[in-house]
Amino acid sequence: MDSIDLVNEKAIVFQLANEEYVIPVRHVGGIERLHPITRVPQTKNYIKGVINLRGVVTPIIDLRIRFGMEPKEHDESTRIIIVHFNELEVGFVVDGANDVIDITKQSIEPTPEVIGSVKHDYITGVVNLKERLLIVLDLEKTLTNNDFQEVQQIKNMEG
Amino acid sequence: MDTSQYLTIFIDESTEHLNTMSDYMLELEKNPSEKSIIEEIFRAAHTLKGMSATMGYHDMADLTHKLENIFDAIRYDKIMVQAEMMDVLFEVHEQLLAMVDDITNGGTGECDITRLVSQLKQLENGEKITTTDESAKQTPDGNKLLAESELDEFELSILNESKERGFSNIEITVELSEDCLLKAARTFMVFEVLEQHGEVIKSVPSVNELEEEDFDNTFSVLLVTKSPQEEIKKKLMKISEVKKVTTQSFSVSIYKKERQVEKKEKTDKSTKTNKTKQPANKSSGKATTKTIRVNIDRLDILMNLFEELVIDRGRLEQISIELNHQELQETVERMSRVSGDLQNIILTMRMVPVEQVFSRFPRMIRKLSREMNKDIAIEIIGAETELDRTVIDEIGDPLVHLLRNAVDHGIEKPEERKKKGKPEQGTIQLKAFHSGNHVFIEIIDDGAGINKEKVLHKAIENGIVQENQRETLTDQQIYELIMASGFSTAEAISDVSGRGVGLDVVRNKIESLGGRVSIDSEPNKGSMFSIQLPLTLSIISVLLVEIEKEKYAIPLSTIIETAIIQKEQILSAHHKKVIDFRGKVVPLIFLEDIFQIPTTSDVEKDEYLPIVIIKKGDKMAALVVDSFIGQQEVVLKSLGKYLKDVFAISGATILGDGQVALIIDTNALVK
Repeated sequence: MDSIDLVNEKAIVFQLANEEYVIPVRHVGGIERLHPITRVPQTKNYIKGVINLRGVVTPIIDLRIRFGMEPKEHDESTRIIIVHFNELEVGFVVDGANDVIDITKQSIEPTPEVIGSVKHDYITGVVNLKERLLIVLDLEKTLTNNDFQEVQQIKNMEG
Repeated sequence: MDTSQYLTIFIDESTEHLNTMSDYMLELEKNPSEKSIIEEIFRAAHTLKGMSATMGYHDMADLTHKLENIFDAIRYDKIMVQAEMMDVLFEVHEQLLAMVDDITNGGTGECDITRLVSQLKQLENGEKITTTDESAKQTPDGNKLLAESELDEFELSILNESKERGFSNIEITVELSEDCLLKAARTFMVFEVLEQHGEVIKSVPSVNELEEEDFDNTFSVLLVTKSPQEEIKKKLMKISEVKKVTTQSFSVSIYKKERQVEKKEKTDKSTKTNKTKQPANKSSGKATTKTIRVNIDRLDILMNLFEELVIDRGRLEQISIELNHQELQETVERMSRVSGDLQNIILTMRMVPVEQVFSRFPRMIRKLSREMNKDIAIEIIGAETELDRTVIDEIGDPLVHLLRNAVDHGIEKPEERKKKGKPEQGTIQLKAFHSGNHVFIEIIDDGAGINKEKVLHKAIENGIVQENQRETLTDQQIYELIMASGFSTAEAISDVSGRGVGLDVVRNKIESLGGRVSIDSEPNKGSMFSIQLPLTLSIISVLLVEIEKEKYAIPLSTIIETAIIQKEQILSAHHKKVIDFRGKVVPLIFLEDIFQIPTTSDVEKDEYLPIVIIKKGDKMAALVVDSFIGQQEVVLKSLGKYLKDVFAISGATILGDGQVALIIDTNALVK
């Protein structure tokens, strides 16, 4: 698993609701302010559309919706993190991104039983760093178009 | 030595040299004594040998080394070019191509070449052509004239005697057409005619060799006869596949003199032919242009950067108009012009002549027609026509398929053609030309044509069409049935084509490139497959439309026309909204609904609806939009790997304001 190999490397910290997440720097192509997004019809609801990223048409995923959180109006601090993973290039819409930290392998702990609102499927571990709890995102699962969250919604409706 | 870094260069260059080689080899076949051609092939073989040896591909080096030897020998007149020699040479060439292919795919290019090497060795030593006849122990030479051959005492005495008895001695040289299939049979017919008129004293090559077809296309005989030269000549010309007959009186005394000066004359002659052939060859010869190799990825990057420039240019133009500063406006205008030129150059840089694909076809046709005992010439027109690199890469296979099809199903066997009163040699024309924003490639054969009844019968049998459709189908529609999947009209399955898959694959491929295939045919006159391709895959003309706040692009190639209709004109049929458009019922497609476009304005829609009439084959549909923005040339972009298979969207483009507009795939909308 790619994301686990965080051996003494830099990672981008981003904000989603009340939680902080990390993505290894080597997968990050850049952090952008909001671009005008062109909606692509008949796609999953978390796919916000595409943007023109310096001449390359790049799909944009709203991570809040992807993880089944409450959508939030985009504001001044909203950022798009460009991620390269397995030959895919996508942008993640996040609430904010403003930190780069060093992570050692030792600092990554297995996922605790209950944590925040993101289901374990998208998480490979957590980092406990000076009272900060950082969630390590599983990029592969995040970028796979399985309908985990839709299934969850249906279950909620049924329940 | 680590050679991996040179691998791509090696592959590129060897492919290029092999192409040169095959071009010149075809040329050599037509023009066996042309020294400049031999020089070119020798050079190509030499370079290949050096390169492959350096890279450590020993089998390839070995083979090219032998090849080089042959051409070296030809160069210095040690051996002569002959038909069967060419066959071996072409085979070696194929083998080399296969090796390069193997290397390209990560192999070692190793292969069993012992047979070819030994054949080449034989050729080099002239073994295959050693004569069996005692009297003809001259240098092996397919084109030798009788005047240069030796006559023994016995033959000379007959010739002398015949003259005294009132017979005339005639030297006759017969040239068979290059593609003559049964040379031995033709020579037999020639000899039959000759023997009606007199007696053949001598033939060169010997009768044995002639019977074994062990000669080029020309042979000479000495005939003792009482008939006039003209009469014999006329009779010989009536034999089919006899291309040329020259007659000449033969005098023994002159012959004897000639023998003495022969050596000198021979050298004179060769320089003379060289001189006369040189200028013609120069004009037809390929002009070598100075080029450098550029990775296609870099061209793509250049294109991307340029597009950004175009977007900024649009902004700058806008700003300069707003500021109304004259000098600024002038500067921006000039910049726009320059960048317009730049755009043209960048686009043409991606264009390559179709020759790249066409060049391998003559060889292929030659091989195929030999395999199938057919006599086929291929004629290539417009090889310089340019197409985008990406299109070029894709059309090779479909064209191979269509050509094979023409060889297999199109052109008849020589006997059959003769019966129909057609020339025995069939012709396949491969034609490329520009027309508007498209490039057309046509494959025209003068073969049997498509049998409509047979096609219909088969189509009905295979359930492609219904019996009751028989009357309603146009000729063209029937021909196009052969491209439906699961269709093959070949009576016998052959190696070449006719496995029931094929033409539908061709059609799919061409359509995926945004092109179209159409077929026309006339019984016993031949068929024409016409492929229409977009000039480039990366730049297309679109009509930009607006629906609510969203902009979409519709490819112009699929649009029939635009119109504005009144709401009252909308009819309902089977719960579907349709309009009567020029006497045809056309279904309406509301893009707003299909694309679930969020409504932002509360204002009730106008009385009038702008519509875009689109087509897919014969079917039409009308797309309802809010307004037309205008026609524009846009750069086609993919949505990326993450977003594949989006319904009714074929891609995206970046507009002048930097925003992305989606391109509608109209084929998905018309059902």
